[in-house]
Amino acid sequence: MEISTLTKERIKEFLAQDKRFDGRKLLDFREIEIETNVSKNAEGSCRVKLGDTEVIAGVKIDVTEPYTDKEEEGTLATIIELLPLSSPEFEYGPPRIEAVEIARIVDRGIRESGFIDFKKLCIKKEEKVFSVLIDIYSINNAGNLIDAACLASVIALKTAKMPKYDTKKEKIEYGEWTSKGLPLNENMPLTITFYKVGKKILIDPVKEEGDSSEARLSVALSNNGKEILINALQKGGGGVFSEEEVEKILDLAVDKFKELEEKVNKAVK
Amino acid sequence: MSYTKRVDGRKFDETREMEAKIGIIKNAGGSALFKFGDTIAIAAVYGPKPLHPQHLQNPSKGVLRCNYDMLSFSVTERKRPGPSRRSQEISKVSEWALSSIVDLDAYPNTVVDVHIMILQANASTRCAGINAAALALASAGVSMKELVSSVSIGKIDDKIVVDLIKEEEDCEEGEGATDIPMAFTKSGKICLLQLDGKIRPEELKEAIKAGKKACKEVYNVQKKALKGVEGKD
Repeated sequence: MEISTLTKERIKEFLAQDKRFDGRKLLDFREIEIETNVSKNAEGSCRVKLGDTEVIAGVKIDVTEPYTDKEEEGTLATIIELLPLSSPEFEYGPPRIEAVEIARIVDRGIRESGFIDFKKLCIKKEEKVFSVLIDIYSINNAGNLIDAACLASVIALKTAKMPKYDTKKEKIEYGEWTSKGLPLNENMPLTITFYKVGKKILIDPVKEEGDSSEARLSVALSNNGKEILINALQKGGGGVFSEEEVEKILDLAVDKFKELEEKVNKAVK
Repeated sequence: MSYTKRVDGRKFDETREMEAKIGIIKNAGGSALFKFGDTIAIAAVYGPKPLHPQHLQNPSKGVLRCNYDMLSFSVTERKRPGPSRRSQEISKVSEWALSSIVDLDAYPNTVVDVHIMILQANASTRCAGINAAALALASAGVSMKELVSSVSIGKIDDKIVVDLIKEEEDCEEGEGATDIPMAFTKSGKICLLQLDGKIRPEELKEAIKAGKKACKEVYNVQKKALKGVEGKD
């Protein structure tokens, strides 16, 4: 259900005075709740709540053939299902562009940062590698599914354990795990999406704010210990950004990355 | 060892040879071809026409639909025909880039269909596609506020380069390759911005400036094509 023009106008009036319906500042996150190991059978899993928005991400590991251009590297696949139980707007059926886009944003942040050491997921060159499958489900959509999905996925990866692998049968012994985690690097990627509503830039919109926005820019960043790098960008929506707005967003993204990183590190030991 | 010389001998801020042509598909209301060197995109526009099913119609403004795809043999390893997750995403970001310039308020209850096809690929296909699509829309006489021009900027190792080719995109030396497709409206607004790779915020700002400059060159090629002057540049 699209929101009414009246609500949109009221939201814009509020934002023009730097106010939001829920009392937050424009660059405040909602309360972030992170719960790990929410599924016993997943290799890793995480539930993230951003205010009323809730998503669950799970990691499963499988064995597959490597891609021909990367024959010594494991693979990654990311899928999000926008469940009809999480919003009256979502319907059953093949994934629509909304879901395809979110999954690709999540995937690119993780892949481009080099967070997963894919070379260590090689079992036998050219023949067998581990594939990492991230499945994300929306449980309640109250806005900003992109950032929630990215966050839940990264934490699910962080908490994942490698399953036991039977070298004779060349199969995974599902339900049994080793003590080892996934081969990950320190540079955890985090994604912050900036929404433009009228002339204002805000983050972590509730559903109504997101629907009032004409353009958004998702920024995936990671910290390699020496510096913070940008790993992925995605501009969405039919509106435009000026060069100055993008420069401002890049500066804000670095600050927000640090803030979010601290929150995640506190929540996941 | 930094990237000191481009594999194809171009200057760092030099695009490949561009070519633009309109009116290449007779059936379409408007059509165009755009080339960045070996990357060739064609686009066709059908509409504005009544949108079906009717419940999708918007009485206050028209709908722009964009579809991007590649010929199966446009790439070295055959691409399975039909939409992929990648092509769906590119269709959507191209649609967003174009909808910022098309005056959709002029066409209530209708749809404007933009079809983009990549005939031959050597990186920057979405940029070539958007450039062709903008020309196709203009040549169809669709009401537009301005033109849009797109180019892909890259960072190869530590150098900012304009209009990447595949070989540069796959570079793994030094700091590796970062690919940043972007599009600017004539008035300098950013309507497409994507990035894959590793780049410092300050370098990214520099890349955006380089993109803005390169898009002016793209614009000149597009303008020539629309004016019926030989679009080769």
